[in-house]
Amino acid sequence: MASATKGMRPVPGAPREYHFPRFERRTLDNGVRLVVAPVKKLPLATVVALVDAGAVCDAPGCEGTAQLVARLLIEGTEQYDGAELTEQFERLGASIDASADWDSAAVTMTSLAEHLPAAFALLGQVIRTPAFRAREIERLKAERLAELLQLRTEPRGLADELFSRFLYIPSSRYARPDGGDEKSVDPIDRENILTFYESRYAPASLTLIVVGDVTVDAAEAMVRDAFGDWKGAAPHTMVAIDDPARVDRAVHLIAKSDAPQSELRIGHVGLPRNHPDFFAVNVMNAVLGGLFNSRINLNLREVHGYTYGAFSAFEWRRQAGPFVVHTAVKSDVTDAAAREILLEIDRIRAERISADELSLATSYLDGVFPIRFETTAAIAAALSVLVIHALPEDYYDRYRENVRAMTTERIFAAAQRYLRPESLQMVVVGDPATVRKPLESMQFGQLTVYDTQGHPIL
Amino acid sequence: MRIPIETFRLQNGLFVTLSEDHTAPIVAVNLWYHVGSANEPPGRTGFAHLFEHMLFQGSADVEANEHFELVQRAGGTLNGSTWLERTNYFETVPSNQLALALWLEANRMGKLLPAMTQQKLDTQRDVVKNERRWSMDNQPYGTWIEKLPALVFPEEHPFHHSLMGSMEDLSAASLDDVAQFFATYYTPDNAVLSIAGDFEPTEAKRLVEEHFGGIPAGQGKPPLPDMSLPPVFGQWKREVVPDDVMLPRLFLAFRTPAFGTAGYYPASVAGAVLGLRNASRLRRRLVRERQVAAEAVAFTFDLAKGSDLFVVDVTARPNITPEQLEQEVAYEIDTVVRDGVTDAEVQRAVALIQTMFVSSMQEAGERADKLSMFATYFGKPELINDEVDRYRAVTTDQVNEFIRERLGENNRASLLYVPRDESAVEAAVEAV
Repeated sequence: MASATKGMRPVPGAPREYHFPRFERRTLDNGVRLVVAPVKKLPLATVVALVDAGAVCDAPGCEGTAQLVARLLIEGTEQYDGAELTEQFERLGASIDASADWDSAAVTMTSLAEHLPAAFALLGQVIRTPAFRAREIERLKAERLAELLQLRTEPRGLADELFSRFLYIPSSRYARPDGGDEKSVDPIDRENILTFYESRYAPASLTLIVVGDVTVDAAEAMVRDAFGDWKGAAPHTMVAIDDPARVDRAVHLIAKSDAPQSELRIGHVGLPRNHPDFFAVNVMNAVLGGLFNSRINLNLREVHGYTYGAFSAFEWRRQAGPFVVHTAVKSDVTDAAAREILLEIDRIRAERISADELSLATSYLDGVFPIRFETTAAIAAALSVLVIHALPEDYYDRYRENVRAMTTERIFAAAQRYLRPESLQMVVVGDPATVRKPLESMQFGQLTVYDTQGHPIL
Repeated sequence: MRIPIETFRLQNGLFVTLSEDHTAPIVAVNLWYHVGSANEPPGRTGFAHLFEHMLFQGSADVEANEHFELVQRAGGTLNGSTWLERTNYFETVPSNQLALALWLEANRMGKLLPAMTQQKLDTQRDVVKNERRWSMDNQPYGTWIEKLPALVFPEEHPFHHSLMGSMEDLSAASLDDVAQFFATYYTPDNAVLSIAGDFEPTEAKRLVEEHFGGIPAGQGKPPLPDMSLPPVFGQWKREVVPDDVMLPRLFLAFRTPAFGTAGYYPASVAGAVLGLRNASRLRRRLVRERQVAAEAVAFTFDLAKGSDLFVVDVTARPNITPEQLEQEVAYEIDTVVRDGVTDAEVQRAVALIQTMFVSSMQEAGERADKLSMFATYFGKPELINDEVDRYRAVTTDQVNEFIRERLGENNRASLLYVPRDESAVEAAVEAV
C-alpha cells in the first residue's frame, strides 16, 4: 500500500541555504573573552556569562559548592541585597538565571535590546562583587535540602540520581548529584563559598556570549565597561574521574511500594564530548533511541504499549558522561520492557542498520539544524557548548556535512565499540512486590534492593 | 513589533492565517481544532486526548507512525496537544517541505477513518494509560491537574471532569466513538490553519486550496452548554489530599474573568505581580523573607469560555505544617486585598511579560500557535499584535480592583496536598 500511494506525496523543492549565525571573538587585556553573534530579527538580546567553575571543581566532601556559588551570584552584590538586585533586573524586564552544571557555571540573561546596557552593568556586579551574605547562603542550602527531600518521592529524579551513583566509582565527582547531596551540602559554610569563588572566578575563566540585536563593537564596549578593570589570575581547569563502579552487570532496585509504574534506567559510562567518533555515536543513538521513530521507542511504545515514551541518550561532558536508556513502564511489564531494551542494544551491535534507518536519522539531524537556532537563547546555548568544549570555530558550519557523511558501516563500528552490553547497569524505581521476582528471573545480574536513600535493604 | 497577517477562508469553512517571515528557511504549520475535553460526552472522559493520539496512527495514504517518520525525515519537529477547549497539531519544517506538512494534515483531516483499527486503538489506550501513570498517578502532586478543576467547577460544567480521563472511561472507548468524534469535530469548519515563516503567499494559498479544498464541511457540532458562572465561588472551598509526598503544597484557586476579556489583563498582570519570577510578591515574602516556602508561583489557566482560573501554587519548606502553609499564603493574599500592590510591582510584571512575549515570537511555531489561538477563540488572529499594548495599558488601579473583587475569602478554593505518611517524612528530615 505504501508504494502505491507514495507517488501522491509532495516532493520538496531545493532547500534554501542556511548558515549558523556569524559570530566574532574578542579578548580584553585582562583575559575576559567575548563571543558576539549579531542577530537582528527582533529587538532582543541574550547574554550568557560562562565561567569555568562547574561542579567538577567542587572540593571532596563539599560537593554542591559550585552550584551554591552560582546561584548565590544573583542573591545579592555589595551594592544591592538579594531582593533589590532581582528587582533591578526584573524592572528592566530582564530575566536572569544562574546555575552550575558539570563543566561550567552560567548566568543567563535575556532582555529587550534597549535595556541591554543597564542590564549588562548589573551583570558586571553579579560576577565581580557578589556579597555571599550569610542569610542567603543558609537559605539556598535549606532550599537545596528541600529539593533533595522532595526527590525521595519523585521517581524520575530519584532514578536519575541513583543511576549516576551506581554507575561511577564513589571517588568520582559524577557519582554524586551536581548540586550535592545531604551529607555534602550541610557542612558548606561561607568560608567554603568564598574560597571557591576566589579560586575559580577570574577574568581569564570568564567568557561572555552575547547574541541578538547588538553590534560587536557595542557588545565589546559594554563588556569593557563592566569587566575591563577586573583583575585576577587564571585558575587551572579541573576534570572529573570517570571510571565505572563495576565492570559486570547488576540490577539496583529502589523500593517504592505500590508504585503503578517502574522508572527504568539501563546504561553504562559513555564517552567524553571531544571524542573523535562523536558524530557516529550521535547518529547511532538517534536510530537506537534518540528519535520518536527510534527502535526503542517504536518497540516499547508503539508495538507493545508498555510506556508513554522510551529514549536513549549519551550525556556529553568534558569527561565521559553516562549512556542511558530511560523510560517508565507499567509495573507488571518491567522485566519484559527491560528485555526489549537489551534486545535492541544487542541488535544494533549484531547487524548493520538499514540504509532507510540511516537516512531517517541523518536527514532529520541535517534538516532540523536551522530549527534548533530560532532564538537568541538557543544560539547562545550553542555557542556555550563551543566554548566549554573548545570545539573548532567552524564546528556548526561543518555540522551538517559531518552528519551527511555518516555510513551504515561507521554506525555499526560505533555500536560495536561503544555500546557494552556486558557492563550495563539497571536501575529500577518500583514496587518490589511486583517487580523483584521477574527481574531476578531475567538473570541479568546481581540484584540488590535499596531504600530511597540508596541504602541496601533486605 | 508587529507581525504581518493575512487571512482567508475556504468554501468548506477552513479559516487560514498566514504570517510571513523570511529570516530563516523555516516554516511552521499549526492546526487548532475547536474541540477539547469540554466536549466529551458523559462516560468518555479522556477521549479528546486519546483521539489526539489516534491522529498519529496514520490515515488513508499514511501508514501508522509514518506521520512522525515523514516529518522527521524532512528535518521537521512536530507534536500535538489537548486542552480543555481545543486540540492542536503542529509541525515546524524546512521551508521547502511546506507542501508535505500541509498534505499530511489534510490527509488526516479528510481521510483518517480508513486507517483506524481496533489494534491501534488498544495500543494507544495502553500508551495513554501509561501517560496518566507517568504524569499523574506516579508523580508527587500529579493529580492536581484533575482535582483542581473538579473542585472549582460545578459537576455538570464541561470543565469539571478530567482531561486525562479515568482508567475506566479510557477502557470503554470504542472505534465507534473514534468515528463519531471525528465526523463531529474534525471538520474544516471547526478548525483554524496557520502558516508562519518562510513561504511565498501565492504558493501557500494554492497548496492550502489543493490539499484542504476538497474536504467537505461538517454537519455542525452540538453546542456546549452555557458556561457562564457567578463571578465568585461564594465560599472558601477546601479539599485536603493525602499523597506520597514529602512537603505540603497548596494550590489556591480563584474564579476570574475569561481569557481575552477586558477583565483578563489585570488578572494576568496580578498573577505576574504575585508569582512570576524572583522578585514577585509571593517569592519575595514566602521564599526569601519568611522562608516558609520552597517555591511559590501564580498563573492563569487561560480559559476563554465562561470564566478563567487563577492559581497560586506554593510548596512548603521542611518542618512547615500544612496549616502553617495555608495561613502564610492566606495572610499574603489578605494583605494585597487590603493594601493593594504598588506601581513598581505592576511595572515589573508588565516589563517581564513584554520581554517573554517578544522572546516567544522568535519561533515560527509560537507565532503560528498564537495566531491559531486568537483565530479559534475570537475569530481575530490580529489580536496577536495588540497583546503587548493590552498589557501595557493595564493600570495599578485596575490590578487592585481585580484583586479586591476576586481574591477575597468568598472566592477561594484550597487544594492542599499533605504527606500521607508523616513518620516517613520525619525519618527523611532526620536523615537530612
